Amino acid sequence: MIKAILIFNNHGKPRLSKFYEHYSEDTEQQIIRETFHLVSKRDENVCNFLEGGMLIGGSDYKLIYRHYATLYFVFCVDSSESELGILDLIQVFVETLDKCFENVCELDLIFHVDKVHNILAEMVMGGMVLETNMNEIISQVDAQNKMEKSETFIFQSTRQDR
Amino acid sequence: MPAVSKGDGMRGLAVFISDIRNCKSKEAEIKRINKELANIRSKFKGDKALDGYSKKKYVCKLLFIFLLGHDIDFGHMEAVNLLSSNKYTEKQIGYLFISVLVNSNSDLIRLINNAIKNDLASRNPTFMNLALHCIANVGSREMAEAFASEIPSILVAGDTMDSVKQSAALCLLRLNRTSTDLVPMGEWTARVVHLLNDQHLGVVTAAASLITTLAQKSPDDFKTSISLAVARLSRIVTSASIDLQDYTYYFVAAPWLSVKLLRLLQCYPPPEDAAIRSRLTECLETILNKAQEPPKSKKVQHSNAKNAVLFEAITLIIHHDSEPTLLVRACNQLGQFLQHRETNLRYLALESMCTLASSEFSHETVKTHIETVINALKTERDVSVRQRAVDLLYAMCDRSNAKQIVAEMLSYLETADYSIREEIVLKVAILAEKYAVDYTWYVDTILNLIRIAGDYVSEEVWYRVIQIVINRDDVQGYAAKTVFEALQAPACHENLVKVGGYILGEFGNLIAGDSRSSPLVQFNLLHSKFHLCSVPTRALLLSAYIKFINLFPEVKTTIQDVLRSDSQLRNADVELQQRAVEYLRLSCIASTDILATVLEEMPPFPERESSILAKLKRKKGPGNLPDIDDARRHVNGSTEHSEITEHTKKGSTHPFDDPLNLSSTPSTGASLLVDVFSDSTTLAPVDVSEENFPRFVCKNNGVIFENQLLQIGLKSEYRQNLGRMYVFFGNKTSTQFLSFSASLNVHAKTVEPIIEGGAQVQQILNIECISDFTDAPLLSIQFRYGGALQNIAVKLPVMLNKFFQPTEMTSQDFFQRWKQLGIPQQEVQKIFKAKHPMDTEVAKAKILGFGVALLDGVDPNPANFVGAGVIHTKNTQVGCLLRLEPNTQAQMYRLTLRTSRDSVSQRLCDLLSEQF
Repeated sequence: MIKAILIFNNHGKPRLSKFYEHYSEDTEQQIIRETFHLVSKRDENVCNFLEGGMLIGGSDYKLIYRHYATLYFVFCVDSSESELGILDLIQVFVETLDKCFENVCELDLIFHVDKVHNILAEMVMGGMVLETNMNEIISQVDAQNKMEKSETFIFQSTRQDR
Repeated sequence: MPAVSKGDGMRGLAVFISDIRNCKSKEAEIKRINKELANIRSKFKGDKALDGYSKKKYVCKLLFIFLLGHDIDFGHMEAVNLLSSNKYTEKQIGYLFISVLVNSNSDLIRLINNAIKNDLASRNPTFMNLALHCIANVGSREMAEAFASEIPSILVAGDTMDSVKQSAALCLLRLNRTSTDLVPMGEWTARVVHLLNDQHLGVVTAAASLITTLAQKSPDDFKTSISLAVARLSRIVTSASIDLQDYTYYFVAAPWLSVKLLRLLQCYPPPEDAAIRSRLTECLETILNKAQEPPKSKKVQHSNAKNAVLFEAITLIIHHDSEPTLLVRACNQLGQFLQHRETNLRYLALESMCTLASSEFSHETVKTHIETVINALKTERDVSVRQRAVDLLYAMCDRSNAKQIVAEMLSYLETADYSIREEIVLKVAILAEKYAVDYTWYVDTILNLIRIAGDYVSEEVWYRVIQIVINRDDVQGYAAKTVFEALQAPACHENLVKVGGYILGEFGNLIAGDSRSSPLVQFNLLHSKFHLCSVPTRALLLSAYIKFINLFPEVKTTIQDVLRSDSQLRNADVELQQRAVEYLRLSCIASTDILATVLEEMPPFPERESSILAKLKRKKGPGNLPDIDDARRHVNGSTEHSEITEHTKKGSTHPFDDPLNLSSTPSTGASLLVDVFSDSTTLAPVDVSEENFPRFVCKNNGVIFENQLLQIGLKSEYRQNLGRMYVFFGNKTSTQFLSFSASLNVHAKTVEPIIEGGAQVQQILNIECISDFTDAPLLSIQFRYGGALQNIAVKLPVMLNKFFQPTEMTSQDFFQRWKQLGIPQQEVQKIFKAKHPMDTEVAKAKILGFGVALLDGVDPNPANFVGAGVIHTKNTQVGCLLRLEPNTQAQMYRLTLRTSRDSVSQRLCDLLSEQF
């Protein structure tokens, strides 16, 4: 099971945090800091897996991460997940973001937190992998956007009426 | 066209985010955020009804603020209102807020559940998916109660859309993990298995995850999934990529689903049906073959996906452990990966090989890779990989290569990362002991260990070397000689001084013949370290000195002079002072014979599981099954004979300093440690008396058991994690009890075997709380009265709350900590009817007796009781806050407990709530 999905930048600023297990707000922030500390001190080209920090449950959990330009994508998982599989999943996630935002960059994640959450929700649900097929994910996201567009249109016309 | 167009965001939100990003300092950021929070609050509270768009905008802002690490304590109601909107965007943002910022406020949960219910019934797949996502992401018990019975029917209904089926499967999986008891098994289980045949591969993937989890819990119910899973796997692996929709990922056919199916098969032994079995073998061979084919793409994603499947197949082969050819092929494949240029693959290969090493078919093959693994230990740049290499060396070690592996680990230890040193020390110590052919090698290894990494050598390790030296007389002379030499080093680790002091004190005579290690030289050597050592070590050295007096009468006066000096006799530390006084006195007045008896060589330790091994197991956790709720609970109780002669008991009066009486080392036979809970099968088949048990929750003394024959009284005292209990057995009759025994399960360490009519005997139990526990120890008593054998079992009132230390704190501190312990599992609440008259003073006395401090003036309502304390166990301390709210009108109480550990909260709540 995936326990948490974290995205932060090279300075440790969180850009997305999604916990599938309940922690207090303080603990969540501490976990983000601890994870950043663990991951950021690692060289490039070392392996993408390491044992989880104390707060997240120690050596029973693994951190599986990828570093893209300015952002770290970190999945914290238990032993029931395939390490390479999760690595693929991160790749699918990033490629999907890239398609949805056209050359995704850190700013997109900042200004569209809700969208990023929605895309992630199409892939992972309650800590379990829901969908790995990028085309399927994108078509779901497209469908959502269409609904959103149609509603925005109604919206704006009614707003102007007022 | 991009799926998200950038222009249609909410302007107000974008402006706010830009403002935050432009803040030059943390203070400015906080100021801007507070301004925005005030703005949103006033908008929410204002008279003007907000339209959906504004609500959505503000909720988005709150989400952003939350992500930055600020508390959000409002907006939940607005989010819940958005749930019932019939506009998709509003509903969606409402659900997003709920699942990110879930709040255990029960009123709110009811409203949320209501909205979810409506959406599930809406037959609109988008809305249903949102609702299922929310249930899965929150996964709370209330939600499980409300929906656990409904979701299976959505999952297996014929007309459910594929995407909804996927969500429903995972939603059910999540609820099964969080509240297993609430998910009903039923006729739907058979239909779930058939989802493995579904057209849609996404549905199959989700179903495979669900079935894997369910099959782990009740394998028999899902046995039919084996053949379906093998068939599906076979179609993916062996056929060309047809019917795979878009599930081919970088030229690999449905890697994710393959992994899931292989995981599912790991829940079962190899298929019994020969046809299925050969089909599976064929799949596994194909996967292994594909690994040898040239890659279809140079992209790392291609090799990742391919290898994800390969590793999972290898794991399954190892799990089945039945096909020697496959095992050897798997092993060779992993051997290739050990030298692969991809670090990830080297890491995984080391990890998988660890499990392979334990199979009898492949152990030898694994061993052939020893040089590569040792090389990895030396050259890998990544500590994660080196750690795996250590694990593998440990796993592949046997008698044939132990010396080489231990030597390599020792040399690695000199440069190893601090984070893994302690673990390596334990591993080296275990291997050295397990595979020692001659014990001189063992002694050398442990002394090296102390020299190289003394700080990481825990007590268990050096206790163990002493146990072994004492038990094996062939190594004692060598050990004495070696420690003597090691102590020559100008700076040596304190642990070495401890081992040296102990061993020379026992066996110094074996090397005293050599003038270079004459008694005086030995003593001077030890004493030269004395002043650099901590109090426990000095105490141990003093014991070694008195042993010297016995071994070597010629140094008696020298040692007496040392003991007599002011720095000993008037030492500020009471323990050292007492030892000096007692030993000096003993050496002056006792005759040689008495000295020889009192200071006799230690008797051998009984063989038992190595305490080091136990420690490593503790360190590594309960294994790799994430679902197992491993609450290790045990208490060590040591029963002590009541009539121990003074001199054999010397050690136990100083239980903190001396290895003789600590840990699991019964030293003199007078005290025997019994692991009270380790062996539940030996519980006597008699009825257990526990009627008086609850009376002891808030007090320590009294009568625990009484019948016509026998009365058992208790007096107990507790300090931190230690306790001592005096048990008094009173014979109420005028006849003797014969063959009387009272034992904590197996070991019948007898009390006085005969109790005269009307007489009383006493037994002392020493108790140590290792970690939190629920069950209490049983004392079983047997005796003959007249001709009849009497059997009695009494539950001893050793409860968790006995290890409380009260804590005083201010109102502010209390509420701060109360807030910190805010996770739902940490709180346990019980509302119950008063069983006794509700008297304030009595309640106060009970809470104090429970062990916590009563805090006045903390709760705004003076009728309420608030308490705080810390539970001390050997491993941890658990802070605990409690609140008792009496309602005299209703004759009810509400008791709330918050501790950092859910099992503790629950146990304490159960104990205390029975008292009112």
